[in-house]
Amino acid sequence: MPEQKTVTLNMGPQHPSTHGVLRVVVELDGERVVKATPVVGYLHTGIEKTMESKLYYQALVCTDRMDYLAPMSNNLGYCLAVEKLMDIEVPEKVQWARVCLAELTRIKSHLVWLGTHSIDLGAMSMLLYTFRDRESIIDVYEACGGQRMMTSYIRIGGLAHELPVDFDKKVRRAVKQVNEGLADYENLLTNNEIFINRTRNVAVISAEDAIAWSLSGPMLRGSGVKHDLRKANPYSGYENFDFEIAYGEKGDAYDRYLLRLKEIRQSLRIINQALDGMPEGPYRARVPGVVLPPKEDVLYKMESMIFHFKIITEGFKAPVGSIYQAIESPKGELGFLITGDGSNRPRRVRVRPPSFINLASLPRLVEGGMFSDVVCAIGSIDIVLGEVDR
Amino acid sequence: MGIEEKIPDSIILTTLDKMVNWSHRRSMWPLGFGLACCAIEMMSTFAPHFDLARYGMEVMRPSPRQADLMIVAGRVSMKMAPVIKTLYEQMPNPKWVIAMGACASCGGVFNNYAVLQGVDRIIPVDIYVPGCPPRPEQLMDGILKLYEKVDKESLKDKREDWGRRVG
Amino acid sequence: MEEQVRGFIKDRFGEAVIREDDFRGEQSFYIKQEALVEICQAFLEDNELQVTFLSDITAVDWLGHERENEGRFELIYNLYSLTHAHRFFLKVHLPSEAPRIASLCDLWPGANWMEREVFDLFGVEFVGHPDLTRILTPDDLEGHPLRKDFPLTYEQPQFSWNKDEPPEVIR
Repeated sequence: MPEQKTVTLNMGPQHPSTHGVLRVVVELDGERVVKATPVVGYLHTGIEKTMESKLYYQALVCTDRMDYLAPMSNNLGYCLAVEKLMDIEVPEKVQWARVCLAELTRIKSHLVWLGTHSIDLGAMSMLLYTFRDRESIIDVYEACGGQRMMTSYIRIGGLAHELPVDFDKKVRRAVKQVNEGLADYENLLTNNEIFINRTRNVAVISAEDAIAWSLSGPMLRGSGVKHDLRKANPYSGYENFDFEIAYGEKGDAYDRYLLRLKEIRQSLRIINQALDGMPEGPYRARVPGVVLPPKEDVLYKMESMIFHFKIITEGFKAPVGSIYQAIESPKGELGFLITGDGSNRPRRVRVRPPSFINLASLPRLVEGGMFSDVVCAIGSIDIVLGEVDR
Repeated sequence: MGIEEKIPDSIILTTLDKMVNWSHRRSMWPLGFGLACCAIEMMSTFAPHFDLARYGMEVMRPSPRQADLMIVAGRVSMKMAPVIKTLYEQMPNPKWVIAMGACASCGGVFNNYAVLQGVDRIIPVDIYVPGCPPRPEQLMDGILKLYEKVDKESLKDKREDWGRRVG
Repeated sequence: MEEQVRGFIKDRFGEAVIREDDFRGEQSFYIKQEALVEICQAFLEDNELQVTFLSDITAVDWLGHERENEGRFELIYNLYSLTHAHRFFLKVHLPSEAPRIASLCDLWPGANWMEREVFDLFGVEFVGHPDLTRILTPDDLEGHPLRKDFPLTYEQPQFSWNKDEPPEVIR
């Protein structure tokens, strides 16, 4: 009998189904995966270093470009962290608007995930449907921040400016569109035999393993752990909303697919509540010297103009100490650890990237399985390389 | 058909340059290759709302050996730079490059140790599309501008140009 | 829950705790580096506290700040109890010269990549780590980017167009 040998295959960094520039070195024994080693860093941007060299409010711009599928969630995480560091309370209306935008962002991110994941598995038309519905959410983004993706609309202490006049109308239109789209996706995928065969019992991880590997978000909940930071440690007024945590049972790729669809439904529920109960009030907190005064005041009031000028030129000084603020981003626990050192620039901004830590479990998910399931496993983790590499 | 009556002798007069450029322009296949944020906008450009297929370009080629347009969509890190150079060299001539977005054009907001300050430092770029990220309309405009550029090319220049790019 | 964690760590590892901090209501303990693995293991195995989730490992470089006296690198271990929804931090100061600390890979497999990242960006060595190599930056990079003495802009790779000119350095 001839000697048994394994084949080492290099996947990426330019590969259509690695969602960017991920590289996986796979060792194969026939069709079975013996060993898989993800190699990351092909999009390493030095964002953490860049943020250290900027003033607190300038560093916000970098956060958009990390998880570029969910820019508003990153904005929210960073702003909440700086607000915690500076001990700022934001008005109630800001909290509600932020929740509304963060949930829209969750839907937006899940839609891109759904489109790309199913195109990897052979369902080509899904991408067209999800991108069609995603445009309606991008309309809301555009109305708020004037940009399709990198809006930087959520700012330290509040929002960039007042909510647009047709905000309510635009969001409701998006909700309606996504609601109608969801029926299409379910018809196409949920009972689709090919899709079920490709995802059932693929990339399985048990609850104990998921906790040991520090997984978070849909990866953790897909294995049956009922943990959601929106419920466990509510931030930005999530305790005022009525919603359920979606979770799976088996922890395979199909469970995670169902879970994300459920999450989209729950997000729609939260958005509807936020729109119905949106309180009146200012769109930014009034903290002289830390939060930029409203633009209307800057034009007519002397003190506001002085504060505006001071904050723009030299920023504000943060106390010495580290704080950590985590939010439930579409990918999982997105945490910002910000260390102030008494100067106007952060000493350290650490982002706890959910996709980076979830991706670390890839070898655990694919080893021993078929080679064709590697693509499914990468897709079901829902990675975004901008956040993995930063 | 009726066209025979209008051209009685069945002869069309054109230059070789025009014919070659026309065929290049009409069958441009982009390399399906996304780096960062701009790749999502590139996907939107191919998706139904904007529909690049109207210009005959919906075929994304995953392999560089079958593509002739490289859209560098996103920031190029130092680790990725050699890979991009290899991909570019694998593409057959004639080939064109669009630098999409601020990062690919000049480094954008990331002036730091990790990001290459513009992809034009390693490969020649034909069209720069500004924006962070550019809107799909901007990318389409960039592609149409590239068509205009292709129309003006001449085989004589191209020969010299290829010689320079290869050497 | 805060009281329970404090009681637990003070009772069993009273000598290892240097000081306690609750900046902005976040509980953190500065501990001696030798005791780290022991403390983590004790938390992991305790059935009452259920601190089973290692959320994050990161570091801060205090170069040029008065806190540098305690040790230049501050390692921050972010622990979380899923059942009690409580988060607290273990912090260890390491010296400037050859910073090294025991790895937590045996307790949590998820610590693998977090420690590799800290090694890559700060140059802290984790003793007992199965595969301590660079993860984000290119393999041939010299230095560790997130250290404060590493310049923000400095183009290390040399191409044919810039091999004769010295790179511009911005700090």
